Amino acid sequence: MHNAQFSIPNCALRVGGDMKVTLERLTKHFGKVVAAGDIDLDIGDGEFVALLGPSGCGKTTTLLMIAGIYKPTSGFIKFDGRVVNHLPPKDRNIGMVFQSYALYPHMTVFDNLTFPLKLKKTPKEEMAQRAQRVADMMGIGHLMDRKPAQLSGGQQQRVALGRALVKEPNMLLFDEPLSNLDARLRLSMRGEIKRLQMDLGITSIYVTHDQVEAMTMADRIAVMNEGRLQACATPDDLYDRPETLFVAGFIGNPPMNFIDVEVVRENGDYHARREAFDLVVPAERGEKAAGKGSVILGIRPEDITIADEGITGEIYIVEPLGRDDLITVHIGEAGVHVLADPTLGLRMGQTVRLDFNMHKVQFFDPQTEKSLLWTD
Amino acid sequence: MTWRQRVGKAIPYVLLIISIIPVTVGYLWLLISPFSTKTEGLRSLGWTLSNWSFLWKPPFGLNYPSIWRVTLNTFMVATSMAVFVVLVSSLAGYPLSRLKFAGRKSFLSLTLIVHAFPSVTLLIPIYFVLRFLHLFNTMVGVALVMVAFELPFGVWLMKGFFDNVSWDMERAALIDGASRFRVWWQIIIPTIKPGLAALAIFAFLSGWNAYLIPFTFTIGRAGKTAVLSVYLQNFQGDTVMTNWNMVTAVGLFQLIPVMFFFIFTQEYLLNIYAGGAKGGA
Repeated sequence: MHNAQFSIPNCALRVGGDMKVTLERLTKHFGKVVAAGDIDLDIGDGEFVALLGPSGCGKTTTLLMIAGIYKPTSGFIKFDGRVVNHLPPKDRNIGMVFQSYALYPHMTVFDNLTFPLKLKKTPKEEMAQRAQRVADMMGIGHLMDRKPAQLSGGQQQRVALGRALVKEPNMLLFDEPLSNLDARLRLSMRGEIKRLQMDLGITSIYVTHDQVEAMTMADRIAVMNEGRLQACATPDDLYDRPETLFVAGFIGNPPMNFIDVEVVRENGDYHARREAFDLVVPAERGEKAAGKGSVILGIRPEDITIADEGITGEIYIVEPLGRDDLITVHIGEAGVHVLADPTLGLRMGQTVRLDFNMHKVQFFDPQTEKSLLWTD
Repeated sequence: MTWRQRVGKAIPYVLLIISIIPVTVGYLWLLISPFSTKTEGLRSLGWTLSNWSFLWKPPFGLNYPSIWRVTLNTFMVATSMAVFVVLVSSLAGYPLSRLKFAGRKSFLSLTLIVHAFPSVTLLIPIYFVLRFLHLFNTMVGVALVMVAFELPFGVWLMKGFFDNVSWDMERAALIDGASRFRVWWQIIIPTIKPGLAALAIFAFLSGWNAYLIPFTFTIGRAGKTAVLSVYLQNFQGDTVMTNWNMVTAVGLFQLIPVMFFFIFTQEYLLNIYAGGAKGGA
């Protein structure tokens, strides 16, 4: 059952339609706590946007405001340019999938699927047809008479997704829908949801704290932290051109290394320097960081390689990850993570030389924590 | 198993057995006495069914209510307890658990204080209130006071059950197009059914066993409004010897329905002590 694929026959559902979502200075306070502050975001028709951030960053609050469950303290939510701040959830024509599935435990799968249709007073025959169609699409057509407690986690999530789709919504909202599934199932559901969203062309907003989910599924990722929108960009842009220190550190696993350096210009070359550390930086990156005093250099573990030449360091610990070894190397007082080939047989305490791919380095202002390369 | 281990294992059992002996003796006497002409301790001095004559023949003359009338009264008080306590508590518990409104916290603390208040101290003021409402010596009056005394407990219990229902389920229903009332009625109430059942049973049993309030707010044992516990008093006359065998017969008569009721519902009743932790079970 877990390997069932969603199957989408032609014209199965009339979901989607034109639905653009605009958030303007959207703010939500709970007492004195700012759960979400000044969020500006444009979501295009048919776009898949992930809201990504650590726990308590305000991503679910933002989603629930879009759903109409929370009323914004200030700012606007617009659907196709129309302000919907005060529209109750039932009039927004959205489907939502929750982490806990939120199925109605006393109802069968069929009753769960038809609950939204009953409330819309859909004729009985049409209701049954639509429920069957969605259930077949989700691969749960044979489970109609079961109660949620008799289903596996994956099946429950399919019912939840089916219930969100059956009313033919203009938009789908996901609140960490895969977090309760085991790793293997999560992987396959990830692909299926992405495929379903593309085939239906439905505008989707997906809240997650799992960056892999966000990177693999979303057209664009909105990274949030402490109630603020940090950045919104395509996965590649976020990875290669992070605009803030937080985004750089949050996106990517293992996370980016940060080293305090000073960038100076000498004989036409730019050097990033600190104790036991001197590297030549390509001019187009170096010139933006030079003369700013102490700056933060960021480099991803995969952009550092063990080589015959380069910076000298001592291996502090070796952590095998299977495909790679994650090595922590101490360079003077700084420590960096490096991904190395396990066949090198590196050991603790060994002295190695590190080659930094300086075409991939990032520089951040330590005060503003903004990128010196990608922001003005 | 060594000797020491065996003794260690036996000690809790021995302690438990010793502590339940007085209770067991009481119940055994209650089972033996109604069918005996006389008892010496737990020993019957002769078996008879004459103690049960109250079932068909009013033992104190025709001016006194029959046992069946009294049983019906008791049943009505207990049933109204079950119905109204559950109805009001579930309606009050939902907003207290889910909605934010001014005075919510103070209302909750007030309810708790009222619950902790010794009801005996309120008997006299309530007497005057009932007189004023012309409800003194009526079943409605008794039921009203009993329900009111039970409500603080019921409201808190229901709030606890509502607290355990996931917010997501409620949100999903709102997004699916349900109104707040429909969410309460069609989504939340069915998921806390075990809690409702527990409270209903609990309220029924306290209504069935009530003594103080029916005794205070009716004209007493001889009236048409007597309940079983009050009726029992008729046997303790000032001028004649109390026929204890008949007292135990009426006592057993009052106990039997409760025993059966409890056997079939104890699983639900235990939910109260689980604090609604398994509200969705």
